[in-house]
Amino acid sequence: MKGTFGRTVRLGVHSLLLHKLRSVLTTLGVTFGVSSVIAMLAIGEGAAKKAQDQIRQLGSQNVIMRSVKPPDDVVSGRETTRISSYGLTDSDFLRASTTFPGVKRAIPVRQLQQEVRLGMRALNPRVLATVPQYIQVTGRPLSEGRFLSDEDERRVSNVCVLGYEVARFLSPFESTVGQEIKIGPDYFTCVGVLLPRVPLGSDQPQPGADVTGELFLPLETGRKWFGDVQVKIRSGSRDMEEVQLHEVIVEVESPDNVLLVASAARHMLASQHKQKDYEVVVPLELMRQAEETARTWTIVLGAIAGISLLVGGIGIMNVMLATVTERTREIGIRRALGAKKRHITTQFLVECVILSVGGGILGVGLGLLIPLYVEKNYDLPAIIKATDPLLAFGISALIGIVFGLYPAWRAANMDPVEALRHE
Amino acid sequence: MAERAQAEKVAELTRVTRHYKMGTNVVRALDEFSFSFAKGEYWSIMGSSGSGKSTLLNILGCIDRPSSGSYRVRGQEVSTLDDDELSNLRSRDIGFVFQSYNLIPQLNVLENILVPLFYQDDPPPDGEERATKLAERVGLGSRLEHRPMELSGGQQQRVAIARALVNDPAIVLADEATGNLDSKTALEILDLFDELHAEGKTILLVTHERTVGQRAERTLRLRDGKIDEVLENRTGVKA
Ligand SMILES: Nc1ncnc2c1ncn2[C@@H]1O[C@H](COP(=O)(O)OP(=O)(O)OP(=O)(O)O)[C@@H](O)[C@H]1O
Ligand SMILES: [Mg+2]
Repeated sequence: MKGTFGRTVRLGVHSLLLHKLRSVLTTLGVTFGVSSVIAMLAIGEGAAKKAQDQIRQLGSQNVIMRSVKPPDDVVSGRETTRISSYGLTDSDFLRASTTFPGVKRAIPVRQLQQEVRLGMRALNPRVLATVPQYIQVTGRPLSEGRFLSDEDERRVSNVCVLGYEVARFLSPFESTVGQEIKIGPDYFTCVGVLLPRVPLGSDQPQPGADVTGELFLPLETGRKWFGDVQVKIRSGSRDMEEVQLHEVIVEVESPDNVLLVASAARHMLASQHKQKDYEVVVPLELMRQAEETARTWTIVLGAIAGISLLVGGIGIMNVMLATVTERTREIGIRRALGAKKRHITTQFLVECVILSVGGGILGVGLGLLIPLYVEKNYDLPAIIKATDPLLAFGISALIGIVFGLYPAWRAANMDPVEALRHE
Repeated sequence: MAERAQAEKVAELTRVTRHYKMGTNVVRALDEFSFSFAKGEYWSIMGSSGSGKSTLLNILGCIDRPSSGSYRVRGQEVSTLDDDELSNLRSRDIGFVFQSYNLIPQLNVLENILVPLFYQDDPPPDGEERATKLAERVGLGSRLEHRPMELSGGQQQRVAIARALVNDPAIVLADEATGNLDSKTALEILDLFDELHAEGKTILLVTHERTVGQRAERTLRLRDGKIDEVLENRTGVKA
């Protein structure tokens, strides 16, 4: 039986090779269908994973309150110097840590506008003044050294921790731990370096910062040296900004309470602030949204892939019906020589499956190239699961069977005498 | 004809009718036809066009069924068999040779000869050997790998004959087997049939040509789906 099947397959290949161009053209529909399935799965999976990773970095159990500069009410043509005061306050932070229900802890973060320099190299990263618990709340892993400590906070020490990108920029080949980093006018000892992280979509580079990257100082140290007022030089005007806190990260005890805390935060801020100089970011909500978006995309792409597979299947069926008519005489001969109906059915089904699986294999190849191309040129990660090609293979075999059944049935049920008489 | 009654009946038709309905008309291609062919006989079947020769051959070859009447192959009643059983019977007991050779173009000579075995439920293990021997026998031993397109008409018909013999059938049925060949090639094919007959094969050969028909042992003449006459061919060339 195995030998028979092998011979049937070989025979199918022979028959298909008699019309090479036609066979190849016939497989194209399935090729494109399958490649879009593969590409869709890979890109969809990659995009979903990227979104999830970004959001997870924010912490799914966190609620983040941020200062947002309200829109300028006056735009003057002249050079001006003025102080705008906005954003989260220390009392917002206090309320968050004491009055919200189910809060584990709240972390204040200040962002400073300072140049960072080591030797000849200088850059403007996000300089963040925060407390030691920051690393637990955000779950950022350390690359070397240590993070800020309670001791640093108490002593208001001049220490800093560098983000990976900043460390590599300042000192490409040597460790920065133990080195004196100049931040603004003062020197700080580097005590640790963090691991790099996936760039966050929501992290817009701050105006004036030419490299995205971070540097951490103890909160009190930051306040002591740099105060609350920052100077920003922008398009000819000098803006003085007074912001007490740039971010408050609230860690919630249990994931069930995240949405509750989020609404408490929104209420509290709405009642305390005259203008909307804040935003509340809830990673959990974003995650849900991202999942929703990913699902929508999967449905859309899946529908497109489905349609192209359908078209591919119909193409195969069309060609097979023509082939059956063309080979009526061959069918008659085989029947006269003892072929049963099922032999004829199998023969044509096998040809359909060879066509569709052939198309499927080409499609997998093409489908693996598309994500690679997209990944390279559009900065979208693509994740190819080992099961995807198998799935595509299965789908294409199924298409061959489904769309081959009718032509094969037609072939098997021809009257042998009529078929033999066919020209 | 006394000795005929003794021989084993390979194919036995009793009051077989095959009619075609053409609108209100009914064409009786075979009309209450009764006859039997015995083992080892070599018959030619003749008659004017439309007399029912092909219809008879198709029924004998089990690719067509009688509208009524009984047909037995080696004692086995055919009218009660289903499609698969009929196919089995064809692959075991029938050898077909057609006017237009009817080889399968995508298969080579050896593969074409093997087709009937391919469809047997349990094919003999020595199929390839047998096919190769038959190819040698019909003079195509050196052409096993060739495709039908690469052979002359006579060579193709030889392959077709080898194919008709590969399953060692009870009857070899040939419908105008020499009809497409020039007379010299036709004679070679007829010589081959003579040899087969000498080996004891049962052969039924449909033909229009008297000279061809006379090569057989006996001739069955049809007219309007009935037996017209039965002739002994004393002139039959037989070594
Ligand atoms: N499929 C069919 N439908 C209708 N009538 C048919 C069919 N096949 C055969 N016939 C009729 O049956 C009769 C016998 O046909 P058959 O083919 O057996 O003749 P034949 O003796 O082989 O003729 P020829 O020498 O021309 O081959 C003819 O009248 C033919 O028209
Ligand atoms: Mg005829």
